[in-house]
Amino acid sequence: MEKANADKYVQLEHVDMTFHTKKGTFNALKGINLNIKEGEFISIIGHSGCGKSTVLNLIAGLLQPSDGLLFCAGREIAGPGPERAVVFQNHSLLPWLTCFENVYLAVERVFSTETKAQLEARTHAAIELVGLSHSSDKRPNEISGGMKQRVGIARALAMEPKVLLLDEPFGALDALTRANLQDELMKIMAKSGCTAVMVTHDVDEAVLLSDRVVMMTNGPSATIGEILEVKLPRPRARLELAEDQEYNHLRSEVLRFLYERHAKKSA
Amino acid sequence: MTNTVNKIMPTAKPFTLGSSRRLNTQAYRFFGWVLPPIFGLFLLVVIWALIAEHTQELPGPIKTWVSAVELFSDPFYDHGINDKGVGWNILASLERVGLGFGLAALIGIPLGFIIGRFEFVARMTAPVISLLRPVSPLAWLPIGLLVFKAANPAAIWVIFISAVWPMIINTAVGVSKVPQDYMNVAKVLNLSEWKIVTKILFPFVLPYMMTGVRLSIGVAWLVIVAAEMLTGGVGIGFWVWDEWNNLNVEHIIIAIFIVGIVGLLLELMLTQIAKRFSYE
Repeated sequence: MEKANADKYVQLEHVDMTFHTKKGTFNALKGINLNIKEGEFISIIGHSGCGKSTVLNLIAGLLQPSDGLLFCAGREIAGPGPERAVVFQNHSLLPWLTCFENVYLAVERVFSTETKAQLEARTHAAIELVGLSHSSDKRPNEISGGMKQRVGIARALAMEPKVLLLDEPFGALDALTRANLQDELMKIMAKSGCTAVMVTHDVDEAVLLSDRVVMMTNGPSATIGEILEVKLPRPRARLELAEDQEYNHLRSEVLRFLYERHAKKSA
Repeated sequence: MTNTVNKIMPTAKPFTLGSSRRLNTQAYRFFGWVLPPIFGLFLLVVIWALIAEHTQELPGPIKTWVSAVELFSDPFYDHGINDKGVGWNILASLERVGLGFGLAALIGIPLGFIIGRFEFVARMTAPVISLLRPVSPLAWLPIGLLVFKAANPAAIWVIFISAVWPMIINTAVGVSKVPQDYMNVAKVLNLSEWKIVTKILFPFVLPYMMTGVRLSIGVAWLVIVAAEMLTGGVGIGFWVWDEWNNLNVEHIIIAIFIVGIVGLLLELMLTQIAKRFSYE
């Protein structure tokens, strides 16, 4: 069981997801099959409402599939676990705790056997990693949106997860802050080497950060339409890539998928 | 207020545009914030005086004021069980309210948390709460008298039963309104139930809880007067009834002011506490 296949580190097999709401049943996902390699960076892209966040929540264990199976490191995903950390779309920091306390809350639970000093050291290290040591005693509403998302990333990384799940992590940020954080995320991921799954609706972000871009068809009963390999060498530099032929080709591939073959009819 | 303006002027720097603007804001604060409440209270006294002028039994403001000065010159005298100073009566009422309200908080707040947290309990308690909440608190007095066989615990019981509902309901509403995002954080971080309560639910629910507490103390203070009229003993409600029997109408009017002012102070005190606990 423990001997996980490195090529199938995270596995989604025939995953269906049906929501039962007051208005009736809604088939969100149908027949999702995806294997994620260890250390790979995957982006899931698609129009809003196609269920890309649902895929992420399934991997996180926040939702249970209606049908099909999900595995992480060879084990079935039965619920949330510390090996799969989530960076939420709207940062979801607790407003009554300081940045330090927000991160500490996560650390404390995962490394419950360690001493307080060790836990504090871990927290400081995670906050330093995202460059926020100077604001660690501030509350979330005293810092900018970009800084909040940094704390969200620090909280997730502090748990030393095997898989980092990012739900449109930079969606609410302005373009400059977003570019900044993308660059830093690339550096951090290169250092930690953990597997990442990111949901996004930003084509540039998907191509720049990912090893593979998973493109989803429109819902209901959304599924994986196409998977695009991004074989650009790392480290990747935003400015150089802007004039790179391969990069622009990949970028237009994704755009073509989204706006020609699976254009959203009513938007 | 005009006095303070005069006091400020000599220390102010030579007359510049800035200081004249400061003067304007002072004037605005005086006419916009200080004057209207004073005017409102003045109007109340005028209407009262006019009514008293045309009513034989009703004492006017001046007569009441004289009586109040005399009353409060010695608020803590004690001439036996049925003749104590007004101070003792106020304290006795506050003690009952404190006890009944404290018990209500002790039971109502945890119960609210449980109801908000577990849907089954919420559905279970919903019919009971809906049925009992609209009942006038005084209707519970005979039951209290029957069970406790004494007036004082019965009065505390009435306060308890009237104060407990706002705390249960507001706490439960607060808990049920905790954003799903925070609960997802709790799930992803795999927090223990204890951590969920102390780090997420409690800080989030606190403002709701404080609203419940404020409503409760208001209701409790409303009810105490009526309850004490029925149970007797020492207390502001009994005092009103006693003065009615003595036909001392000045004292009844004074009692109305006392009840109002004490209620206002209780409310202010809790608002201050609520502000201290707010995380924003």
